[in-house]
Amino acid sequence: MSLRRLASYGPAFVLGVAILLIWELAVRTGSVNDFYLPAPSAIIVALFQNWDVIASNTLQTLLETVLGLAVSTVLGLFLAILLDITPWVRRAIYPILITSQTIPMIALAPLLIAWFGLGLGPKVVVVTLYCFFPISVACADGLFSVDADLVRLMRSMHASRWQILWLVQLPGAMPSFFSGLRMAATYSMTAAIFGEFVAAEQGLGVYMKLSFNARVIVLVFAAILVTALLSLFLFGFVSLIERIALPWYHGARRRI
Amino acid sequence: MGAPKLTLQGVTKVFHTGRRTLETLRPIDMAVAQGEFVTLIGPSGCGKSTLFTIIAGVEEPSSGVISLDGEVTTQRAGKAAYMPQQPLLLPWRTVEENVLLGLDVRRVPRKDALEQARALLKRFGLLEFADHYPGTLSGGMRQRVALLRTVLFNPQFLLLDEPFGALDALTRLSAQMWLLDLWQSLHASVVFITHDVREAILLSDRIYVLSARPASILRVVEVDLPRPRVQEHLALPRAVQLEQELVALLLKEQTL
Repeated sequence: MSLRRLASYGPAFVLGVAILLIWELAVRTGSVNDFYLPAPSAIIVALFQNWDVIASNTLQTLLETVLGLAVSTVLGLFLAILLDITPWVRRAIYPILITSQTIPMIALAPLLIAWFGLGLGPKVVVVTLYCFFPISVACADGLFSVDADLVRLMRSMHASRWQILWLVQLPGAMPSFFSGLRMAATYSMTAAIFGEFVAAEQGLGVYMKLSFNARVIVLVFAAILVTALLSLFLFGFVSLIERIALPWYHGARRRI
Repeated sequence: MGAPKLTLQGVTKVFHTGRRTLETLRPIDMAVAQGEFVTLIGPSGCGKSTLFTIIAGVEEPSSGVISLDGEVTTQRAGKAAYMPQQPLLLPWRTVEENVLLGLDVRRVPRKDALEQARALLKRFGLLEFADHYPGTLSGGMRQRVALLRTVLFNPQFLLLDEPFGALDALTRLSAQMWLLDLWQSLHASVVFITHDVREAILLSDRIYVLSARPASILRVVEVDLPRPRVQEHLALPRAVQLEQELVALLLKEQTL
């Protein structure tokens, strides 16, 4: 990352530090009850003291998240291609796709547990239900927006429908696909935790719930901190893959 | 001399959109001999490009017969190298990968395709840009790359739809000379669309003048200027006289 780009995060950094300082001060001076809102320093200390337990729970949640994202990516791409193939398939599938997003997850999650049990499966399903939609919609938009003249050019070369999809539409849809994936990545972790909250044996969601029930609020915050950091990391990771996969889109002058 | 490269007999095109019908081409007869450079000139929107998509096999004529190399055929896609008005280079492909697009459609192994693309780039002085992305090239360079993509698909028969329309005067002139050089060294048959009278005279063996829509052939003009052409030929009395004639003819077709 260039220095200039790093510097553009300056204002956000200053504001973040300011908020943390005010928070810390408010707790230390006793104007806020540190039982309900522990100081940032206390959260970090608690995080390090309980690292073993938190780490193993984090690993479980991360596994669910990554699996869910992987399934979402495959499903999202598949649906986007399906939507693109013929108008009647699009007319048939699109409304169902939209409807799937109107189902309140909070009602569905307990059902998923009832159907698939307490294991990994239902969490992966919850993450997928949250994440496939932005991926498939963004990717489908990318596929639709192909230049009609380009399709004509390909047809003049006697390219098949699949060749047009593979050589022109899919590569052209990659920037849209990645913006969908980045969006999905940011809330995939939250989705996994939501799944765990409903019922699970392990994971950050369970850990938060147990800590809350035991009235150790500081550990709830420690788990929130881990979640936030990992979500940011996932976002950054997807952006990094995009930069590597689409050098042409990020202003590269030539193949390196 | 063998069979003509291309003949059109009574080719028409009528578009139906809902209840409206739009007559685009009145019966068109034309012929292009092997190795001949033929230009279609006519007012904007007269249906020249439609005629091209028909020859390229992207559209079917409403009536009429088209033969390639003396054979009447309805399966024309893939037999001519068609270059649309926009260069339509794929931004995620480097210059050499763009040039070999047509070979990808024909499923030529990548190694062979790259070899052919590089040989062509070298022959026409673009090898140093082989691994550049098109986003970094100037307009004139993009048109040249698009032209080489067209040539690599089929060096014998080129359909060029206003390839230099978007270029500034000097870049256009150098691209025209480059094209003449390419045409001569390949012994290609070329059908060229333009609405620039001087460009038509400079490049062609024969010019078909089309009317405003629905397009029909107003006149066929032989360009009896010496070959190889140079820009100075445009100042010859014969060229000036041709230019006056054609401009007068086209002005009558121009609607405001």
